[in-house]
Amino acid sequence: MNSNIPYLKDLTTQVRRDILRMVHKVNSGHPGGSLGCTEFFVVLYNVIMKHNPKFNMNGEGEDLFFLSNGHISPVFYSVLARAGYFNIDELNTFRLINSRLQGHPTTHEGLPGIRIASGSLGQGMSVAIGAAQTKTLNNDSHLIYSLHGDGELQEGQNWEAIMYAAANKIDNLISTVDLNGQQIDGSTDDVLYMGDLKAKFEAFGWTVIEIDEGNSIEAIIEGMQTAKSKTGQGKPVCVLLKTVMGNGVDFMMHTHAWHGKAPNDEQLAVGLAQNAETIGDY
Amino acid sequence: MKTFTNTGNKDTRSGFGAGLTELGKTNPNVVALCADLTGSLKMEVFQENHPERFFQVGIAEANMIGIAAGMTIGGKIPFTGTFANFSTGRVYDQIRQSVAYSHKNVKICASHAGVTLGEDGATHQILEDIGLMKMLPGMVVINPCDYNQTKAATIAIAEHYGPVYLRFGRPSVPNFTPADQTFEIGKALHLIDGSDVTILATGHLVWEALEAAKTLNELGISAEVINIHTIKPLDDEAILKSVKKTGCVVTCEEHNYLGGLGESVARVLSLNHPAPQEFVATNDTFGESGTPAQLMDKYQLNSAAIIEKAQKVISRK
Repeated sequence: MNSNIPYLKDLTTQVRRDILRMVHKVNSGHPGGSLGCTEFFVVLYNVIMKHNPKFNMNGEGEDLFFLSNGHISPVFYSVLARAGYFNIDELNTFRLINSRLQGHPTTHEGLPGIRIASGSLGQGMSVAIGAAQTKTLNNDSHLIYSLHGDGELQEGQNWEAIMYAAANKIDNLISTVDLNGQQIDGSTDDVLYMGDLKAKFEAFGWTVIEIDEGNSIEAIIEGMQTAKSKTGQGKPVCVLLKTVMGNGVDFMMHTHAWHGKAPNDEQLAVGLAQNAETIGDY
Repeated sequence: MKTFTNTGNKDTRSGFGAGLTELGKTNPNVVALCADLTGSLKMEVFQENHPERFFQVGIAEANMIGIAAGMTIGGKIPFTGTFANFSTGRVYDQIRQSVAYSHKNVKICASHAGVTLGEDGATHQILEDIGLMKMLPGMVVINPCDYNQTKAATIAIAEHYGPVYLRFGRPSVPNFTPADQTFEIGKALHLIDGSDVTILATGHLVWEALEAAKTLNELGISAEVINIHTIKPLDDEAILKSVKKTGCVVTCEEHNYLGGLGESVARVLSLNHPAPQEFVATNDTFGESGTPAQLMDKYQLNSAAIIEKAQKVISRK
């Protein structure tokens, strides 16, 4: 792990390039949410989590992460590869036939770093809770992290899980919600208004940490450290991470248009020009 | 002809409860989850003995399946318990993605399967669950026939790595298989030798098949009876060996003929040894309220139906 800020910013830029090139090559995938969560993934895997790139499924003695909104696989794959889970050249195979880098993450192809399939939304929090309870049974004091889209909270299973986690005092769990306010059909407010999510999580018995600048490396480090400090206190911890969908590529920002659409050749060139190569393309 | 003795009626769900109790003592990695039906699933003893390994999820089956999937990460072997309808149809996508596709070591244990759930009626009587579960790649599907076999199967699936669907029921039915049996997943059990017709039965229909074979014998018809406790993986070899001898088959199950044991058998025969087949199964219908006996009679899931289909299939040879 290398947690100095200039390096983390360079890595963030490089991951953005990876995301753009991956989705462009196969003319499919989800760049918007991936770009919006790039800083979060970079901080999680390089500053916050204690994890072992020599992957084993059971993950004893390390922190574990579960991605519930699996469609933002490009950022997950890029950050895993650049953390040493697999060779960065394999990013070239994203969404291609016979690849371990499926459109949505899966354990089925044996890609190191993936512990559950996700893509059909709303299931990841339950899985994270189960993993957290096994940590407790195994007397393993490491933490479970999960990430969820805000639109994803429209799936009812989340609220079963949110209720259960509080009732059972699951306090080794930090679930982050990517609050970018967008989903495929439009803004989350327009598609299905969800009201005050902070008040809802608190009403269900969670501790809530808000990170207002969810695309700031420094703010994410500070917010996630605060979240960690709130674990072990009898309550699950929710981080509300306010991000900008498509962050770092100006024409993709502040819109749902790039939720699940790849850039063409010209758009790719513009996006890459805005994110110059730093630590090296795959 | 070989005969079998009913050592006293017992419910298969209690066989599950007894198996789970045994596992609690012998396997520290076994954990149990239940969605507000602990008494119905006979999980109370495990809960009492191992409160730290028992998880009451409440009426939230989707969450239960997800939690079970997550618990496997770190080496636990979760057994989930609820009615068959809520164990499968209600949570098909959770099982598909988080358990089957992710190849997690979860045991989905389902009681009150079929019409013998009885008076609660069709909302609770699933007749499609074998089909739903057998279609999932990598899923093992087991439907034991009595208390002793359900107990043995419960113990055996803990030793098998991977997702398993274990189906059992509510009513008290004859208990006739050995108490000390070893359960082998995927290995059909040859119960009665015969030469005129093969009767392949699963679950509650196995005893009915034995009863039918006795009557058929009195009518001069020699029926071979095989207990297909594992629908997937199916024991193709045992089925083909028998049907090559008898030349025809009746499949018997408390399930819709669409998607059930019968269709799996038909595939094996059509690929290897085409032969006349008749189905004792529900005919693309929902169930209804009534006593288990009344329902098995009305939906023709009993020895009388097996006898009739056996005579019919022999006439088609």
